[in-house]
Amino acid sequence: MIECDATGLRCPLPVIRLARLIQEGPPGAQVRVIASDPAAEYDIPAWARMKGHTCSAPNYTTEPHWSVSFVVTATGV
Amino acid sequence: MTSIPPAHSSSDTTTARQRAFFDASGSQRITQAGQTAYRQALEDGWADPTRLHTESRRAASLLDGAREAIAGVFGVSTKDIHFAPSHVEALHRATSAILAGRRRIGSHVAVSAVERSAILNALTYAEAQTTVVPVDTAGRVLLPDFIDALRRADTAVAILQQANPEVGTVQPLTEAYEAAQTANVPLLVDAGASIGHIAVPHSWDALVAQPADWGGGQGIGVLAVRPRTRFRRTWPEDSSPWFPGVVNIPAAFAAAVTLLEAERERASWSSRSTDLITKIRSAAATIPDCEVVGDPLDRLPHVATFSCLYVDGEALVTECDRRGYAVGSGSACTSLSLQPSHVLAAMGVLTHGNVRIALDRSATQEQVERFCQELPDIVATVRRQLGVSDL
Repeated sequence: MIECDATGLRCPLPVIRLARLIQEGPPGAQVRVIASDPAAEYDIPAWARMKGHTCSAPNYTTEPHWSVSFVVTATGV
Repeated sequence: MTSIPPAHSSSDTTTARQRAFFDASGSQRITQAGQTAYRQALEDGWADPTRLHTESRRAASLLDGAREAIAGVFGVSTKDIHFAPSHVEALHRATSAILAGRRRIGSHVAVSAVERSAILNALTYAEAQTTVVPVDTAGRVLLPDFIDALRRADTAVAILQQANPEVGTVQPLTEAYEAAQTANVPLLVDAGASIGHIAVPHSWDALVAQPADWGGGQGIGVLAVRPRTRFRRTWPEDSSPWFPGVVNIPAAFAAAVTLLEAERERASWSSRSTDLITKIRSAAATIPDCEVVGDPLDRLPHVATFSCLYVDGEALVTECDRRGYAVGSGSACTSLSLQPSHVLAAMGVLTHGNVRIALDRSATQEQVERFCQELPDIVATVRRQLGVSDL
C-alpha cells in the first residue's frame, strides 16, 4: 500500500498529489490518501469516478485535527 | 482619509464594451427599462409612502403599482406581495416566521440539500430539526425521500427551490406541493434563480423571488405569501408586518417594470439562452477531464456549470477575467468561507476547478462562440501554469 499524505494541502493539491502517485504506480496499485482540506472529502471520490479508479468509503479523524482518508485502487487498464 | 475610487478603473485590460458578463446569477445587468423606471421613481417616489400629504401619496401610488404588477404575474392579490431589502433577507424571514407560526405542530423541516445557504443558515439559527434530503448526481432532490420527510407529523414547513441557482436543475415542485398539501404542510419555494427564465410557479404557499436575477437590480427582494399561510414574527412589531421600515421604492418599481419586461421576453430569451448554453455545455464537454454538471435538459435555460480536474476555480475565474469573460465558481478558493459549494458536494461531483455560467440578455452569440473557442485553451493554460498538463 502506497501512502499519500496530503495533510495541510488545499484543493486541488491533494487530488494532484494522489493522481501523480497513481500515474507512476502499476495498474491496480493501492494508495491510502489522507487530507485535511474539506473539499478533498468530495473531490477524491469524484476524481476516482471520473478516472475509473475505485475509491473506498471515507474514514474520518478529528484528532489532532479534522482529516479524511480513502483507499484508492487504480484501474487495472 | 480614504478616497472614493473612480467608477471606472483604468487598469482594466478589456473595455466594458468588449467584456462578456457571464456571471448573472442573482446579479443581472439592470435593463434599460429598469434603469428608466428606477430614475423615474427616484424623481417621483422619494417620500415615505405612509404619510398623508401629496408627496407621500405619489410615492405610495408607485409602490402600489409595483405590488399590483408583481401580484398579477404571481397570480395572487396585491396585499400578498411584500418587498424585502434583499433576497437573503426575504429567505431568512420567510423561513423563520413560517417555522415559528407552526411551532404547536413541531419544529421539523424538510429541505433539499441544495437549497441556498441563506435558508440552511436560517434553519440552523432557528434551531429547527432539519431533515436535509439528498439529491441525485444531477442535483434533483430525491422526491420520495422529500415526501417522506415532509409527512412527518411534527413538520412545520417544507422548503424547496424551483430550480438550483448553481447548476440549473429544475426541482419536482408540482409533486412536492401536492404531497405537502395532502399533509397540510406549508411549502416555501425559493424561485430566486428561476423567475424571468422559466414559467412562474404556482405550487407554493410562500414564494421568494429575486429581482436582481431578472434585470431589476440589487437592494430589493420579493416575498409572496398566500393568505391561509400561518406565520409568526420573530422580530419586533411594525406597521409593515414582514419587513419593518420604508421600502426602497425606486428598486421596487424597477423590480416590477423589469418583471413585466422579462415575462414579455421570456419565450424568446428562453429559446436564445437554451441555444447559447447548449453551445457552452458542448464546448466544455470536449475538454479532457472536465465534467459538465446539472440536468442536461430539465434545467434553467441560461445556466451552465462544469468542473475541471487538477485546477483551482480561482485560477480559472482569473484567466477568464483576463480574457474578458466574467464567470462564477463554486470552488472553495473562490468563496469567502473557503468552503466548497454545498450543492456540488451534495451532488457528489468535483468541487474544485468549477466554473459557473449564468447569462443575461446582454450576452451575444458572438461572445458565446468566442468563449467556446477559447475555453479549451483557458483550461490548458491554467493546467500548464500549475504543472499538471501531463496528468
